[in-house]
Amino acid sequence: MNSLAEPRKWERFVWPVLASALFLLLWHYSVVWSKTKVFPAPLAVEKGLAELARKGVLWAYMGDSLRRVALGFGAAAVIGIPFGLTLGWYPAVNQVVNPVMQMLRPISPIAWIPVAILLFGVGNVTAVFLIFLAAFFPIVVACISGVANVPAIYRRAGRNFGLTAPQLLARVVFPAALPQILVGLRISLGIAWLVMVAAEMIAVDSGLGYLVIDARNSGKRYDLVVAAMLMIGIIGLLLDLCFRRLGNIKSVRWGFRDES
Amino acid sequence: MTVAESVMTETKLSAQHVQMVFTRDGKSTPVLNDVNLEVGKGEFLCIVGPSGCGKSTLLSTIGGFLSPSSGEVKIDGQVVSGPDPRRIFVFQERGVFPWLTVEGNIEFGLFKLSRSERRSRVAHYIQMVGLQGFEKSYPAELSGGMKQRLEVARALAVNPDMLLLDEPFGALDSITRLIMRGELLRIWREERNTVIFVTHDIDEAVQLADRVAVMSGRPANIQQIVKIDIPHPRDISAPRYLELRNGILEQLGLAHQV
Amino acid sequence: MPDNGLLIRLRPIAFIVALLILWQFAAGRSSTHLLPGPWEAAGGIVDLVRHGLFLKYVVASLFRVTWGFLLAAVLAIPLGLTIGWYRRAEMALNPLIQIFRPISPLAWIPIAILWFGVGDASSIFLIFLSCFFPLILTAINAVQRIPAVYVNAGRNFGLSPANLVWRVLYPAVLPQLITGLRITLGVAWIVVVAAEMIAVNSGLGFLIVDARNAGNRYDLVVAAMAIIGVIGLLLDLGMRSLEGAKSLRWGYSED
Repeated sequence: MNSLAEPRKWERFVWPVLASALFLLLWHYSVVWSKTKVFPAPLAVEKGLAELARKGVLWAYMGDSLRRVALGFGAAAVIGIPFGLTLGWYPAVNQVVNPVMQMLRPISPIAWIPVAILLFGVGNVTAVFLIFLAAFFPIVVACISGVANVPAIYRRAGRNFGLTAPQLLARVVFPAALPQILVGLRISLGIAWLVMVAAEMIAVDSGLGYLVIDARNSGKRYDLVVAAMLMIGIIGLLLDLCFRRLGNIKSVRWGFRDES
Repeated sequence: MTVAESVMTETKLSAQHVQMVFTRDGKSTPVLNDVNLEVGKGEFLCIVGPSGCGKSTLLSTIGGFLSPSSGEVKIDGQVVSGPDPRRIFVFQERGVFPWLTVEGNIEFGLFKLSRSERRSRVAHYIQMVGLQGFEKSYPAELSGGMKQRLEVARALAVNPDMLLLDEPFGALDSITRLIMRGELLRIWREERNTVIFVTHDIDEAVQLADRVAVMSGRPANIQQIVKIDIPHPRDISAPRYLELRNGILEQLGLAHQV
Repeated sequence: MPDNGLLIRLRPIAFIVALLILWQFAAGRSSTHLLPGPWEAAGGIVDLVRHGLFLKYVVASLFRVTWGFLLAAVLAIPLGLTIGWYRRAEMALNPLIQIFRPISPLAWIPIAILWFGVGDASSIFLIFLSCFFPLILTAINAVQRIPAVYVNAGRNFGLSPANLVWRVLYPAVLPQLITGLRITLGVAWIVVVAAEMIAVNSGLGFLIVDARNAGNRYDLVVAAMAIIGVIGLLLDLGMRSLEGAKSLRWGYSED
């Protein structure tokens, strides 16, 4: 519910473009008027991006970051989904395990860094481990509530047709819970992407997160800092959009009828 | 109550050549086509038609929530330009505010009154719709029928000239529906507002209304107005009742045998 | 004979105890002998209390979280409600918000230091950033989900625009806002640990970095992690109790 009548189709493009252009202008003129020597203007950022692309650094670092996220997130999904489904299906197990999870969940992956370095040393494994930790809990939580929210009538219908417990899980519960699991995966991927930046700042020497810190430390190249931030934002957004697209597949679309 | 008591004294509402066309992404759908309607003061009018024929659209236009594409709606001689507390809409369901108690909901529109006036009005209408004992309850704790009564009480509390009801009993079971119809008539006789009641249930229309406006399918207009000349209380097995009802069924192209 | 109910309630505790024993065992067998067991970690907590640092560090972290969180809430919620209400505003600003959102607050560290120098202001800025975008999106979404019925009823009763906002819009979005605030507070608590690594000199995040750097005191590191976990849990439970208030419960029951 909002105030105005149906806006025209062209407005979908005009308004964002106007707003973004306005933003860039404000940015540009703030830099000019404040006479800052360090903070980059939009054009400087663009040049910095071009420089990174030319040197091949941009693609290499993007690849590294994406690879770490893929590994960490993938591991979290592969372990987390069955784990979460089990917890959701057997409330007794959930009751036992949940308090531990609730206590571990608020501990920032950053806080795990010293322990992780102790266990795995400095390098890729630590980074992937941290990403895994961050992505794990949202997936499990989404699976638990996905299973819990499957309406009882679906389960009853399944049993009515003579399905055994494993069949019930695979043919009724899992498809019914899938929209919610997908949402959990999407949110978890977003978190993984955030934590990747943090992990790369500390534990490795490549990747977009590393670039943010390194560009500043080795020469106060704030144009590269902002360029890296921009790439982080754009790729994060693209990852999110891809997942949202998945939600359009007909066999899950029913669960998303409320999304605008 | 004699027939004479339900004769129109003055025209309350006049809809002339009302047309509604909805456009979405370049496609235009005509919903209402040349609707003409006059409603007298204190009259109980039912608008009947199949689902999706545009009766809710017509009611929303009368209430001022939509502007007609062409034509005009006048109430008391003035063109309708927006929603107004003098004509309160009772919504299809879930119109009561879930964050307010029964009392809170009923006094929602009474912000211009003093506290003691508000309190006495709220008490009066709680009594009238039969929700005594539930003053401090929240809508989530009420049944469907009770929520509907609450919405009617909230509407009546501001003493509107007109009540616009959009299939208010649609979400209730048929037994509760029968009870609520009786209640509505009882309240109407006390308050004597002008009532426009939209329904897809022909029996409901013939049981309640002074006149029934029968709408055609989309793009809709009023194909017939039937005067229900049976005094209340109406016997739903009386021949005159059945005659009027069957007439409307035929008008809508429906058989009366299942 | 203990009854069934008691046994059931003891099960999670038994599980925790089992995990602790496992942990102690693993720590004892570890080759580096650096990883502390639960006993050492507990000793670490006692150590902190004895040095008067426990309260000081907890308060410092809470202080930063509170400031960053409140600033973000006060700015993001009215802004988000407004943007959500005006369709064109949402169309215009959504792409910008969507690009900023995936940028980890930590990526802002160089800019934070540039603008605010090293210290509390920087870390509060990072916490503010981590709360701002989720909250603005929550507010936008909450307004868009208000059923039209409520707004139409409000207009029908002749409410002025200001009254419409205060008496219909605000109560209607409140349950969803509180859930969003609870989740965001959890995020803020996670980020504070990272934010404190920008050379502040108090707080639980600082403790983690400092304890390791200044002497490999892993017992203190794990102690800090445990404290972080417990406080995070308490914050979450506190916010959940708000959701139980009778005038809000309607927003959470239907699903």
